[in-house]
Amino acid sequence: MSVLDQKLMRDLLHLRGQVIAISLIVACGIACLVTMLSAYDSLQLSQQTYYDRYRFADVFVQLKRAPDSLAARIAEIPGVQRVQTRVVVDVNLDVPELKEPATGRLISIPEQQMPMLNDLFIRKGQYIELGRRKQVLVSEVFAQANQLKIGNTLDAVINERWQQLQIVGVALSPEYVYEIRGTELFPDNQRFGVIWMGREALGTAFDLDGAFNDVALSLMPGANQADVIFRLDQLLKPYGGLGAYERADQISHQFINSEIESLAATAVMVPTVFLGIAAFLLNLVLARLVSTQRDQIAVLKAFGYDNLTVGLHYLKLVLVITLVGAGLGTVVGIWLGAVITENYARFYHFPVLQYRAGIQIIVTAIGVSGGAAVLGTFTAVKQAVSLPPAEAMRPEPPAIFRRTILERMGIQQFVPPVGQIILRNLERRSLQAGLAILGIAAAVAILVIGRYFEDATNYMVEAQFRQVQREDMTLVFNEPLPSRARYELTHLPGVMQAEPFRAVPARLRFQHQTRLSGLTGLDPQGELRRLLNQDLRPVSLPDTGVVLTSKLAEILGVTVGDPLTVEVLEGERPTRTVPVVGLVDELIGLGAYMDIHALNQLMREGQTLSGAYLTVDAYHLDQLYAQLKQTPAVASVALRERVITEFQKTIGGSFAIFTTVLVIFASVIAFGVVYNVARIALSERSRELATLRIIGFTQGEIAAILLGEQAIVTIVAIPCGFALGFGLAALITRAYDWELFRFPLIVTPASYAFAFIVITLAALGSGWLIRRQLNHLDLIAVLKTRE
Amino acid sequence: MTSTSQTQDSSEILVSSASLFQVRGVTKTYVMGEVTVEALRSVDLDLYEGEFVVLLGPSGSGKSTLLNILGGLDVPSSGQVIFQRQDLTTANDRTLTRFRRQSVGFVFQFYNLIPSLTARENVALVTDIAPQPMHPREALERVQLGNRINHFPAQLSGGEQQRVAIARAIAKRPQVLLCDEPTGALDFQTGKLVLEALAQVNQDLGTTTAVITHNAGIAAMADRVITMRSGEIVTVQQNETKVSPGELEW
Repeated sequence: MSVLDQKLMRDLLHLRGQVIAISLIVACGIACLVTMLSAYDSLQLSQQTYYDRYRFADVFVQLKRAPDSLAARIAEIPGVQRVQTRVVVDVNLDVPELKEPATGRLISIPEQQMPMLNDLFIRKGQYIELGRRKQVLVSEVFAQANQLKIGNTLDAVINERWQQLQIVGVALSPEYVYEIRGTELFPDNQRFGVIWMGREALGTAFDLDGAFNDVALSLMPGANQADVIFRLDQLLKPYGGLGAYERADQISHQFINSEIESLAATAVMVPTVFLGIAAFLLNLVLARLVSTQRDQIAVLKAFGYDNLTVGLHYLKLVLVITLVGAGLGTVVGIWLGAVITENYARFYHFPVLQYRAGIQIIVTAIGVSGGAAVLGTFTAVKQAVSLPPAEAMRPEPPAIFRRTILERMGIQQFVPPVGQIILRNLERRSLQAGLAILGIAAAVAILVIGRYFEDATNYMVEAQFRQVQREDMTLVFNEPLPSRARYELTHLPGVMQAEPFRAVPARLRFQHQTRLSGLTGLDPQGELRRLLNQDLRPVSLPDTGVVLTSKLAEILGVTVGDPLTVEVLEGERPTRTVPVVGLVDELIGLGAYMDIHALNQLMREGQTLSGAYLTVDAYHLDQLYAQLKQTPAVASVALRERVITEFQKTIGGSFAIFTTVLVIFASVIAFGVVYNVARIALSERSRELATLRIIGFTQGEIAAILLGEQAIVTIVAIPCGFALGFGLAALITRAYDWELFRFPLIVTPASYAFAFIVITLAALGSGWLIRRQLNHLDLIAVLKTRE
Repeated sequence: MTSTSQTQDSSEILVSSASLFQVRGVTKTYVMGEVTVEALRSVDLDLYEGEFVVLLGPSGSGKSTLLNILGGLDVPSSGQVIFQRQDLTTANDRTLTRFRRQSVGFVFQFYNLIPSLTARENVALVTDIAPQPMHPREALERVQLGNRINHFPAQLSGGEQQRVAIARAIAKRPQVLLCDEPTGALDFQTGKLVLEALAQVNQDLGTTTAVITHNAGIAAMADRVITMRSGEIVTVQQNETKVSPGELEW
C-alpha cells in the first residue's frame, strides 16, 4: 500500500461518521435501483417466457353463439395465425367449507391434450381423460384459497342443475396471471376461480354443442391488428359478437403491464433522488477536507506529486465511500428484490416466478453510483488539483460576511448576536443551506409519498366501496329477467332492499374514438349504487342521456352535451345516438350509466333487469347464501364487505413492507443530511465555538448556535418537503391515471404528521451526536492556532 | 528556590493592595502518549488587584499553561488556585464557565473574533451574558474604534481586530484580563497600538492584567515582570518606573 493510500485509509477512519452516513444514503439509492430493476427484470422475463411458451393470444372476443364452422372463416382473416374457439361460462359454485356462493369461470379445453392458445401449465395432477365428463382442472390460486385437492369435488350449477365436478388437476393459464372476474381491482381467489372442462361436456351443458362463444387469436408477425379486429367484428356481428379487443386491453395483462411500467418508472425516479443527495453530501465533505488539508496538498505538490496523483487521491476517497455504499446497497437490493418478487407471486401467478438479478444490474448499480459521486465531487477535486503549492501553504482567507436581508430590512435589533451568527452563516452559505433544505425536503417527500400510496388506496376503497357502492351484495343473473324478478328477490331470506340494474355490453363511439364498455342502467331513485362527483356529492341521473366516468369521457374525447353513438352488442343490437348529460368521477374502471327505464327503452325491451343490488340482514345471511347456491338463475354473487377484507388482507400487507422500507430510507437521508451538514459546520467553526466557550458561553449555548442553524434548515425543509411530497403525489396521480383505476390526490394530515415525526426524530438523533462531539471541543488549542 | 527572596519583596505589596489570585504549589503534568511532560513544577504566585503583569519566557516555559489555569480553562494536577476565596482547583465545568463568564477577559494571539459578527456584535456577544457590562460602543471607544463599530472582522486590519478583541474582553468589566501573546501576530507599530489600549484599560478601569509574551521589550510597561523557565518561576521583578507603550522598543 502506498503512503498516499495509507493517508486515504486514515482520512476515511477520521471521517468515519460522515463516511457511514453517506455510504448509507448511497446504499439506499442503490438498494432501490437494484430492487426495482431486478423485480422489473424478473417480472418481465417471467411474463415473456410464460406468454411465449404457453402461447398467450393476441386478440380476444366474446360472442353469443357461433357454429364451429365459423372458425375456418376466422382463420382466413389476413394476419391471423391461429384460432382457438372456446366455450366460456360463468357459473355459480358451491365450494365445500365456503358459506357464500362462489363464481366459477368454466372454460372449455380440448378433450385430448394438444397445444393450444392460452395453454395450460399443469402444476399438479393431470389433464382430463377422454369421455370423463365430470373431470375438471382448477386454477392454482382458487385451489389454494379453498384448500382444494386433487380428487376433491365441486358443485356447480350447470344447465340449471347442480352437477358435481371432479378435480383431476391444478393448472395455470397466461390469460389469468392476475385472476380476477374482470370488474374488480383486487382478486378474491376464494370466491372466483377458473375451471377448465372438456369441450364436449361444457358445450352440451350450455347448448353450445358444435358451437362456441369465445375466440382467442394469435397473429402473424407484422399483422395489422386493427384490421383483424375490424374484420373479426364484422364476421361475428350476426353471432352476437361483443367486440374484439387486443392483448393490451386484456384485463390480466393490463394489470401486470401497469405494474411493470410503474416499476420501470420508479427504478429511475427514486434512486435519482438518493444519489443526488449523496453527491451533494460527498461534495460538501470533500470540499471541507480539501480546505482543511490545504497545507498537506501543498506539501505533496512541493515534493513533486503531480496534479493527477493528488486528484486521484481525493477521487479514491469518494469512490471508496460510494462503492462501500453501492456494495451494501446491491446486497440489500438483491434481498429486497427477492422479497418484492415473492410478494408479486401473491398477485401474479406464473408457473415459475423466477427471481433474477443479473450481472448487468450490478454493473449498472456500480456505474450509476460511481458516476453520481464523480459528478458530485468534480468541483471539490478540481479545487484540490488546481491549488498552487505556495498558495496552499497560506491559510485560507477569512470568511467574508455581509448584512443579512433581515438587517437590510432594519429589524436586526430584535435578533441577538447569537441569532445573527446563525442567520449570517445561513445567508453566507445559502447555496449549501438551500441544498441541505432540499435534501431534507426530499426525505420528507419520500415519507409523504410512502404514505400517499396507502392514503390514495384507502380513499379509493372508501369512495368506491362505501360511498359509491352501498349494497351488501350484487347479484348477476345468467340471462336478463323481467322486472318481477325484483319482487322475488325481496322475498329471499334476509333481503331488505333490492335495487335492479340492467347491464348491456356496448361499443361507444364519438367521432373517431370508440371504446368497448358496459352500459349500466340504474334506478335514478336508487340508494345502493350512487353516482358521485369528485367531492363525493351525488350526481343526478337524468331520465334521458348517458352519464360517463370522466376517464371514459376523456378517452372518447366527449364533454357534456356531445352526442354519443351507442352500439349495443346484445339482443337486437340497436345503435342509437344518446347525448352525454353528465360526468362522474369514479376512481375504478370505466363506466357509462343511464336511467334503467331509458336503457330498457333503448333496448326496445320491457322492464328488464340483469341483476340487483341488495341489502341484507346479517342475521339471515347464511340462509340467504344457502338459498342463492340453489338458485340456477344467479350467475354470480359479489359481496362488498368481502372485497374490502380481501383488499386489506392482501394489499394492506404489501403496503406495510413498502412503508417500512421507505421510512428506513427516508430516515437515513434525513439523518445523513443533518448529521453531515452539522458535522461540517462543527469542523469549520470549532475555533469560533471554542472561543465562545472560553469567553464564558456554556455548552448548551454554543450547541444552540451550531444546532440552531440545523434546526432552522430542518424547520424550513419540512413544509418544503410537504409541498414536494404533495407535488410528487400529484405526479404519481398522473402516472396512475389508468383505465383500471385512478389514484386520487389525497394526502391525509396523519401522513404529514407521520413524516414530520420521523424527520424530527432523525434530526434530533443527529443533533444529539453532534452535541456529544461539542463536549470534546479542545479549548486550549484554539488559543494557539490560526485556522 | 531562586524565587524566595522575590516572593518576600512582593509580600510587601500585599499591604497596599489585595491579592486577587493566590497560586500555591501548582503543578501540571501532561501525559502525551508514553511521555510525561511537566508543564508546571510547583508554582507559587499572587496577582494583585489593578496591577499589570508581564509573564516572560521562552516557548515551553509553562507560561501559557499557567495562564490557562488562571483563566479556568484548565485545572492543575496538584496545588491550589484561589480566586477571591474561591478554589478554582475543585470547581466543576459549570462553575469554571461562570467564572470565565463573569470575571475573566481573554485576549488571544489570533484575536478569535466571530467572523460573522460585526465589531459591535462581537462585543455585544459578551455584554449580553455578563451581569454589569459596559455598552459595546463604550468598550470600542476605549480602544479607539468608535468609528469602526459596524465593520466585520474581514474588513478590519490585524491591529484593529485585536483591539476589538480587547474591547470584547473588557466590556464585561472583568476583574482580570488575560492576554496570550496579544501582539504575536502584529507588526511593531500595530503591536504598540494594541499595548497602548491594554495599558489604557488597566489605568482607567483598574483591571488586573496579565500579558504573556516572549518579547522582553514589552516588560518595561509592566508593574511586575515574572520570568518563567521549564515550568518554574525564576524571577519576579518589580519595575520602579513604568514605561509607556509608546516609548517601548524591541
